[in-house]
Amino acid sequence: MIATSTKPVAPAATETAMPPAVALSPDEASVSIRDLVIQYGALTVLDRMSLNVGKGEFLVLLGPSGCGKSTLLNAIAGLLDIADGEIWIAGKNVTWEEPKDRGIGMVFQSYALYPRMTIEQNMSFGLKISGLPKSEVAERVAKAAKMLRLEQLLKRRPSELSGGQRQRVAIGRALVRNVDVFLFDEPLSNLDAQLRAELRVEIKQLHQDLGNTMIYVTHDQIEAMTLANRIAVMKGGIIQQLDTPEVIYNRPANRFVAGFIGSPAMSFLTGTVEGGAAPRFSANGLTVPLDRYDFDSTASGQLEATLGARPEHIIVGNPASGTDDGRWLWLDGKVRLLEPTGADTIVWTELAGQPLTIRVTADQKLKVGEQFHFALDLTRLSLFNAGTGVRL
Amino acid sequence: MSSIASPAAGSRVVVARGPRPQSLTAGRIGLYCFILVTAVYFLAPLYVMLMTSFKSMDEIRLGNIFNLPQHFTLQPWIDAWLHACTGLNCTGISVGFTNSVIITVPSVILSIAAGAINGYALSFWKPRGANVLFAILLLGAFVPYQAFLYPLVRVYSTLGLFNTLTNIITVHIIFGLPVMTLLFRNFYAGIPMELFKAARVDGAGFWRTFFSVMLPMSTPIIIVAVILQATNIWNDFLFGLVFAGRENLPMTVQLNNIVNSTQGERAYNVDMAATILTALVPLAIYFFSGRWFVRGIAAGAVKG
Ligand SMILES: Nc1ncnc2c1ncn2[C@@H]1O[C@H](COP(=O)(O)OP(=O)(O)O)[C@@H](O)[C@H]1O
Ligand SMILES: [Mg+2]
Repeated sequence: MIATSTKPVAPAATETAMPPAVALSPDEASVSIRDLVIQYGALTVLDRMSLNVGKGEFLVLLGPSGCGKSTLLNAIAGLLDIADGEIWIAGKNVTWEEPKDRGIGMVFQSYALYPRMTIEQNMSFGLKISGLPKSEVAERVAKAAKMLRLEQLLKRRPSELSGGQRQRVAIGRALVRNVDVFLFDEPLSNLDAQLRAELRVEIKQLHQDLGNTMIYVTHDQIEAMTLANRIAVMKGGIIQQLDTPEVIYNRPANRFVAGFIGSPAMSFLTGTVEGGAAPRFSANGLTVPLDRYDFDSTASGQLEATLGARPEHIIVGNPASGTDDGRWLWLDGKVRLLEPTGADTIVWTELAGQPLTIRVTADQKLKVGEQFHFALDLTRLSLFNAGTGVRL
Repeated sequence: MSSIASPAAGSRVVVARGPRPQSLTAGRIGLYCFILVTAVYFLAPLYVMLMTSFKSMDEIRLGNIFNLPQHFTLQPWIDAWLHACTGLNCTGISVGFTNSVIITVPSVILSIAAGAINGYALSFWKPRGANVLFAILLLGAFVPYQAFLYPLVRVYSTLGLFNTLTNIITVHIIFGLPVMTLLFRNFYAGIPMELFKAARVDGAGFWRTFFSVMLPMSTPIIIVAVILQATNIWNDFLFGLVFAGRENLPMTVQLNNIVNSTQGERAYNVDMAATILTALVPLAIYFFSGRWFVRGIAAGAVKG
């Protein structure tokens, strides 16, 4: 989806995940994963992964396809064999427990409804197996159906339902189990854009109403940003950054996270950083002062670096409107390409010989080939070590 | 903007619009001719058999095998069903029919059940060594049956089961297993793994998942399997001859005995009627299975 997300990042960068904003001890966690190793034959998908999810937390696992999100979720559910490590749910070691005994409910991308059963039978299947009395089963199904507005559909078959309704049934099937932890594996990926937005709100509402722990897998950053209390950005089976959506967006821990989050993607300029009393970034005759940049590490000397600027953190206008006490760095360029998206227009230009995108409101009348002025917000830049990709 | 020629242009140019007109090309005509010739070629023997079975022996001796019967008679059919002789028994082919039903019904049901469970286990539970097991099973499907005959005779003799109903039915189950397993494994491979996972989260075990979730979805493949197995087992000659025993000889073997009995004059009309009666069950299955028939053939093609 985002072109820059496929750019390679040096392996060393992946080792430095930021500590979680909410430091959780394994004991107070609702779901705790300790040194989990998962292998498919010779392929190690997860290598000594540890992760703590707080009680009532909405954690989103975000990452490109094939990075091991589903694998992690299936391991928590007990649906695949693990090579090493422990999984704790609600203070109990469930590493060797069957899925049904773990206190989890799961919702799948393909809905996975039993095609020959009615909606009611789909939702009550698990409860019947567990031997719950009939009246109790009916009560729970009725309650879930009411919550998810499925009452009119109970006698129908899954094939007679729309995609959105099917996924609500699948959520209902997890709901009736009265469990502590909900696991979602890309539940909205098979829906069209409008339904996806609707159901996203419903899931968020459900989380607010129920207060359960939810672990939600997606490759869609909008879902991640809107739903999560915390996001774990994954790549190659390793958590790159685990933090609140705000921190992930504003202070990406490395070049990969920076490129993966945000749409349109962050623009990157390669150049060098000079530390010291007056730090600055320079590339191809461009000099960006960095006294307002909040360094993670104290940089000294010269270093190959990548400067990242989000399209929405660049303004277009007149340098006469001021630099706001040095917050704005005015530059000029030529419009190469315009991408109108309705409310906004994406302007493609060049800076220091490298492509740069700027997001402007649609009422900015720019023309292709036109010379124009724009300003970088010096307080919202990101800087990465060009070799390791780690934030500076 | 519009590129459609306006009618005001006045010319009689035909505007391409709506369904494309059908035209009979030379290729089409050739194709139809080929199909017709092929159909005639394959139907001619059936026609001759039917005509002969409705004629008396006097009429048959005249030798006009393509003529319609002049004196239509059903007697050969009655004789074939009730009075035709195999050796000293003159009880007709009805005995063989009953035997074939008794052999085919349990063999079909049990071989499909075994294949379905095998295919389900291999597709979803993936036991250790599943692939090796499956490869061996497939290999079994390609070894000529004749190679198994003598060892199997010895095994069943030792068990004291040789030439019994149990013998012939279990042989059919064993030899149906590879293809049935393959058929069901391929079918279940097309069902999303997530469905199986959902059932496991719901607490369904091996059998519960099979009977409540997988089996109800398997109707199409079960129909294909029934077509394959019913026709295969009904048409079997070799196993019936070797393993069924004198009391349980299937219809195919009895037909052979009637047609090849050497006593007296050869009753062609009775032979023809008996042959058609024997072929009637698979014919009926093919006719009534409709669209499933093609799928059955395609699925059966793996057998080679
Ligand atoms: N059953 C399997 N056998 C072998 N490799 C698998 C299997 N399932 C997943 N993988 C591999 O594990 C990696 C992670 O897969 P997955 O967890 O499904 O990724 P995601 O859900 O993030 O897209 C991928 O490289 C994939 O090819
Ligand atoms: Mg996945």
